[in-house]
Amino acid sequence: MARTAIKDIVINQEWCKRCGICSTFCPKDVFETDAEGTVTVAHPEACIACELCERMCPDLAIHLEYEPPAEAPA
Amino acid sequence: MKSIDSYLRTRFMPHIWCPGCGHGTVLNGLIRSVDAVGLNKNELVMVSGIGCSARIAGYLDFHTLHTLHGRALAFATGVKMSRPDLTILVPMGDGDALAIGGNHFIHAARRNIDITVIVLNNRIYGMTGGQFSPTSGCGIQATTAPYSSIDQPFDAVQLASAAGATFVARTTTYHVNELEQLLTRAIRHHGFSVVEVLSQCPTHFGRRNGHQETVEMLRHFKEGTAKVGSRQLAEQVDLIPRGVFVDEERPEYCDQYAEVIQRAQAARAGGAGGEEPQ
Ligand SMILES: Cc1ncc(C[n+]2csc(CCOP(=O)(O)OP(=O)(O)O)c2C)c(N)n1
Ligand code: SF4
Ligand code: SF4
Ligand code: SF4
Repeated sequence: MARTAIKDIVINQEWCKRCGICSTFCPKDVFETDAEGTVTVAHPEACIACELCERMCPDLAIHLEYEPPAEAPA
Repeated sequence: MKSIDSYLRTRFMPHIWCPGCGHGTVLNGLIRSVDAVGLNKNELVMVSGIGCSARIAGYLDFHTLHTLHGRALAFATGVKMSRPDLTILVPMGDGDALAIGGNHFIHAARRNIDITVIVLNNRIYGMTGGQFSPTSGCGIQATTAPYSSIDQPFDAVQLASAAGATFVARTTTYHVNELEQLLTRAIRHHGFSVVEVLSQCPTHFGRRNGHQETVEMLRHFKEGTAKVGSRQLAEQVDLIPRGVFVDEERPEYCDQYAEVIQRAQAARAGGAGGEEPQ
C-alpha cells in the first residue's frame, strides 16, 4: 500500500505556546524556529507522517492533513 | 479518527497549562484513546479532583465533574454505582491520588470497581507552587525541601497492584503511541484500571531539579525507562519499567452489587433467593 500522502501540516499559532517539543523531536527536521520561538513548517516535503509532533504537542496545536485516498482501480 | 476539536470545549482553549506541561500531552493521548475505543461522548463521565492535572476535565466535552482535592474517586464511585452503564475516567495528580487521596485510591482498587484512573505523575505539587509529593523521592528540590527531600517515594504501579487493581500500566509523555495504546486497554478493561503516566512539570519540578528545558525532561523519560520484559531492563536495573504490569479478571464491584440487589429483592418477595435480614 502506498504511504499516506500529507497534504499539509497546520500549526495553530493561537494555541501553540512555543515549547519546542515538535521541532526537537521531529525526526526529519520539518520545522524551523525563529528567535522568538515561533515554530513554522519549513520542509513539509520531508515529513514521513510519523505523527510524533501531532501526538506530543501539549497544546493540541499541530494537525496533519492527509490527501484524500486515491480512487481504487475498478 | 474524529477531529480532536470535536472532543474539546474549544471555547476554553488555549488551555491554562504552562508551555511544555506534560498534562497537555496526556489530554492529547486520552482523546485518541477515547476515539479508538469508539465511545460516544454521552457515555463518558470524567471526574477529577483539584490540581493542574485535574483541570483536564474542564477541556473535555464529556459529562464532567470537577470535585474536591483527593476525593475524585469517592464521587466517581457514586456515579458508577448509580449508572454502571457509563464509562468513568478519573485523571489525578500524584498528590491528588497518593497523598490526600491515598485512601480513596487503595480502597477503590480493592473493590475492583470499573473505573479508569490516570495518574499524571510529575513528582511535585504543580498547582500550589512546587511542594514535594509522595512520588518526589529522595534528593529532590522543592519549595518545602530547600535542602532536598529525604522521603522515600511511593511506586504508584506497585501500590495499585498490591491494593487489587486488575489493570495496571505505566508510560510517559515521551512514549505517545504507547500512551494511546495503554489508555485504550485501560478503558476497555472491566475493573479498576490504573495507568501511571510520567509527566513533566517544567515550571516547578524541572527548573529546580537540573532541567532548564522541557525537552530535557522528555529525553530523561526516553533514556530513563525501558519496556517491561525487555533485555535493556534486565541489564540496567535502575531504569523505570514501562508497560503492563497487571491484566487480570476478577469480579467487578457493580456487577456484584447488582447480585446483592437481586438477592435482597428475592428475599423481600419471599422467594428462595435469600433470607430476610433480622
Ligand atoms: C483539601 C485541600 N487541601 C489542599 C488543597 C491545595 N491543593 C490544591 S492542588 C494541590 C496539589 C496538586 O498537586 P498534584 O495533585 O500532584 O497535581 P498537579 O498540580 O501537580 O498536577 C493542593 C495541595 C486543596 N485544594 N484542597
Ligand atoms: S509542540 Fe505544540 S505547543 Fe510546542 S512548539 Fe510545537 S506546536 Fe507549539
Ligand atoms: S509527522 Fe513526523 S516527520 Fe512529519 S512533521 Fe511531524 S514529527 Fe516531523
Ligand atoms: S505548574 Fe507544572 S503541572 Fe501546573 S501547568 Fe505548570 S507545568 Fe503543568
